[in-house]
Amino acid sequence: MQEVTIGIGGAAGDGLDKSGDTLAKICGRLGLHVYAYNSYQSIIRGGHIWLKLRVGAEKVHNHGDQLNALIALNQDTIERHAPEVEAGGVIVFNADKFKCDPSLAKKGVTILPLPIGQITAELVKEHGALIPVMQNTVALGAVFYSCQFGLEKATDVITDTFKHKGQKVVDLNVGLLKCGYEYAASQSKPITKEWSFTYKARPFTTGNEVFALAAYAAGCKFYSAYPMTPASTILHWMCANSQKTGILVKQGEDELAVMNMTIGAGIAGVRAMCATAGGGYALMTEAIGMAGIMEIPMVCVEVQRGGPSTGLPTKTEQADLFQVYGASQGEYPRLIVAPYDMADAYKTIVDAFNYADRYQMPVTVMSDLLLSEHHETVDREAFPAEVKIDRGEIVNSWPEEKGKYKRFAFTESGISPRALPGTANTLYVNPSDDHDEESILISDMFTSPPVRRKIMEKRMRKMENLLKELTPPELEGPKDADVTLVTWGSTYGVVKEAAEQLNAVGVKTNILCIKYIYPFHAKEVNEILSKAKKKISVELNFTSQMARYIRSETGIGMDAHVNRYDGEPYTPAELAQEIKDKLAKKPSTLDVTEADAKEIAYHYLRTHNGEKLRPGKIVQESVNGLGEPTWYIELAERATGKKSGYMKVGLRTGATYTVDREAEPSAKK
Amino acid sequence: MATVIELPLDTYKGPVSPDWCPGCGDYGVLRSVQEAAGKLGILPKDLLIVSGIGCSSNLPGFIHAYGVHSLHGRSIPVATGAHLANTDMKTVITGGDGDGYGIGVGHLIHAMRRNLDVTYIVMDNQIYGLTTGQASPTTSKGQVTKSTPAPNGNLETPINPLALAITCGATFVARGFSGEAKLLTDLIAQGMAHKGFSLIDVFSPCVTYNKVNTYSFFKERVYKLEDEGFDPSDFHRSMTKAYEWTERIPLGVIYKTEQPTYEDGEAILKKGALVKQPTKVDKALFDKFVEHMV
Repeated sequence: MQEVTIGIGGAAGDGLDKSGDTLAKICGRLGLHVYAYNSYQSIIRGGHIWLKLRVGAEKVHNHGDQLNALIALNQDTIERHAPEVEAGGVIVFNADKFKCDPSLAKKGVTILPLPIGQITAELVKEHGALIPVMQNTVALGAVFYSCQFGLEKATDVITDTFKHKGQKVVDLNVGLLKCGYEYAASQSKPITKEWSFTYKARPFTTGNEVFALAAYAAGCKFYSAYPMTPASTILHWMCANSQKTGILVKQGEDELAVMNMTIGAGIAGVRAMCATAGGGYALMTEAIGMAGIMEIPMVCVEVQRGGPSTGLPTKTEQADLFQVYGASQGEYPRLIVAPYDMADAYKTIVDAFNYADRYQMPVTVMSDLLLSEHHETVDREAFPAEVKIDRGEIVNSWPEEKGKYKRFAFTESGISPRALPGTANTLYVNPSDDHDEESILISDMFTSPPVRRKIMEKRMRKMENLLKELTPPELEGPKDADVTLVTWGSTYGVVKEAAEQLNAVGVKTNILCIKYIYPFHAKEVNEILSKAKKKISVELNFTSQMARYIRSETGIGMDAHVNRYDGEPYTPAELAQEIKDKLAKKPSTLDVTEADAKEIAYHYLRTHNGEKLRPGKIVQESVNGLGEPTWYIELAERATGKKSGYMKVGLRTGATYTVDREAEPSAKK
Repeated sequence: MATVIELPLDTYKGPVSPDWCPGCGDYGVLRSVQEAAGKLGILPKDLLIVSGIGCSSNLPGFIHAYGVHSLHGRSIPVATGAHLANTDMKTVITGGDGDGYGIGVGHLIHAMRRNLDVTYIVMDNQIYGLTTGQASPTTSKGQVTKSTPAPNGNLETPINPLALAITCGATFVARGFSGEAKLLTDLIAQGMAHKGFSLIDVFSPCVTYNKVNTYSFFKERVYKLEDEGFDPSDFHRSMTKAYEWTERIPLGVIYKTEQPTYEDGEAILKKGALVKQPTKVDKALFDKFVEHMV
């Protein structure tokens, strides 16, 4: 498959999100597929932002292994990412402001400095001085040439983006784009083959936007949230479109309020949803149990981020499985489901509302930062406007002669037809205490162990019936595989490609992706795993929560676990290598690699010296009185490249031992 | 204004009789809620009583209406969601001082500043009764309870719910006493008829665990503001009254003002109760959302 990966790096506030969005939309309109991964450190101005857009002629499921074109919007980006550009690639930056030392780039990489002042001189004469973010548009133009995307669709998207600001602004931006394009054409060669564009335009969207859109299609009427990254963009979409969609949005004073309001709306009879991150979900848990015992339909999206506590607010992780599974005291029916990609996210929300209504239970949809916030092109067909809405068994009228209405009637299915408040002759209390069929409490004044037993069984019967209609997980890939990769959530996207890479080199690999967590297809999973040769779990957490959960449900443990918990998703090649290492029984090491040492040095220098220094040459040293081998890292001045001291980082612990900056001019004074 | 057809008390007779201790102040509050609903002609099917957890929060089980017996401290957000989803129901929140002024006070503050159109009746007995007698947020300073033993007694200054309500934006603030049944019914009816957030703090003595704030304690001290021609429309005068806790303690409407409600501001509700609005997706709008992503 033909593909190209473009990286854009700069400081938060440099406007690279917009540039990335423009680039992706253009590719989307050309009929190409895009997967964008934004590994930002901060949503606050100043932090380093690194956006990777992988563009393919066919569907791409992750941000990939390569970097072919680099747009550097600051010096830091050049130093950090220029060495990653593959041979045959290109590095683009504003030559008026930044430099790229040729030694940074691999052999065969084109360094294309753009003399922005010079090439935009004519435009400046007509439109006046450029603002800094306009360098981005020139750089985009250059990359369109390098990647052979042409100017036609680019001009369309730029026009759509700026037309509300008037024709003059459109002309300026199209002009900037052309400047970059023509300059690149005059100075360099394309880095890709020619594409055969299909021009099948695809929406370019995020998981959170899909959750919101799906909720609208599913007839959600009430949405509540408390701001929390990485769930907030659902709130933003809901608020921005509330008057059009008719979804009433209520920001709560805290997540306790959010969950309780959502349940309140569910009690009143509207389809209600809320969303939060792991920390907010922790506050919601008592109320989720209440929705369970009251048998109230509602949907909660739990977006996982790095934990525990405040953890890594802007990084991805899959470590909330046990929190969601263990939410609330006691036992109650509910559905926990983890969608694995964008199209599945849409379907999952639509289904979630139907299951919630039909089984009168809370549904938690487990997302993760990567699924919620990454951008991807998705086929339009994945987002049908008209979806099945099944509100379940609702009592619309109850003639008096029918006698007493029992809200919690003991039925075979466990589902008791629900009358909504306002209906005549069906009055009842929604009780958080356990209760009998008529919702009279059974713990204080009246006690009855058999009634408690029967109401518990009634509620839990719903789980058996629900499980029967959930699609069981299936193996993907060759049936006679040597290794089965077990995963869940958005990690599926990279596992899928790692499996393809493994199969291509003769390691027969298949995948078991778990979507429905509770109730769980224990029988089916047991059948699959008991036949699998080698089983390896792949999760973004430290303790292999899904693997532990599967073992608790099936008695089957994994042969090996692959875990990542540094806030970043895997890339396919990295993952494939880890799998190969596990299969070769290579002893696993947690040692600091050379690349890690460099990042640790960057972190130290940034937090202690601002942008003045950067790490230079790195060599490993033997045990030297520090109790462990160390990485010796030379420090260099950014501006001059002059050696400016050194630091040592422990090979095992990652400790920063010695930092000697004697050679630094300011330290001499 | 539509003619009100008053309904008899037994309209609201609940499925089970209350399990409160004999002599508990909450009996009087239950009766007054029923009388007030009857006076306003609210049909049981159109009445939603939401409570938290505590002795007084058992009230929804003792009245013929729709009810939610929710979590400790969470009656207000549950009621907020239920009310916003169905504004055709008259929503009344009931509970105790621990539920409302302790664990749930965060929600109370925000519900009041929203001026949500609901009525909140707090059966204030200045003690945790259901858990057998610990200090509550309204227990008097120095009072000895199970959780504030001698020699210290209660070291904390009690919350002043009336002053809190006035400063937070409640638009109807009143105090009742279950020993003054007629006044209490009148205050609850006024609160329910009021457009906006109404808080009615009710002295509802706990005969088992609070031997300080007893019926006789209040009977010796309370007086009715209406007897003195008090005008509750002035913020500063009302704040002064809210702090009156001496040999004389005022009962009646402490503060009343007309302000737009949260519901008035929410344009979506102009089309009627949310639960009655169509759920069908607007295909043209949906397509526009998708088109915007391309």
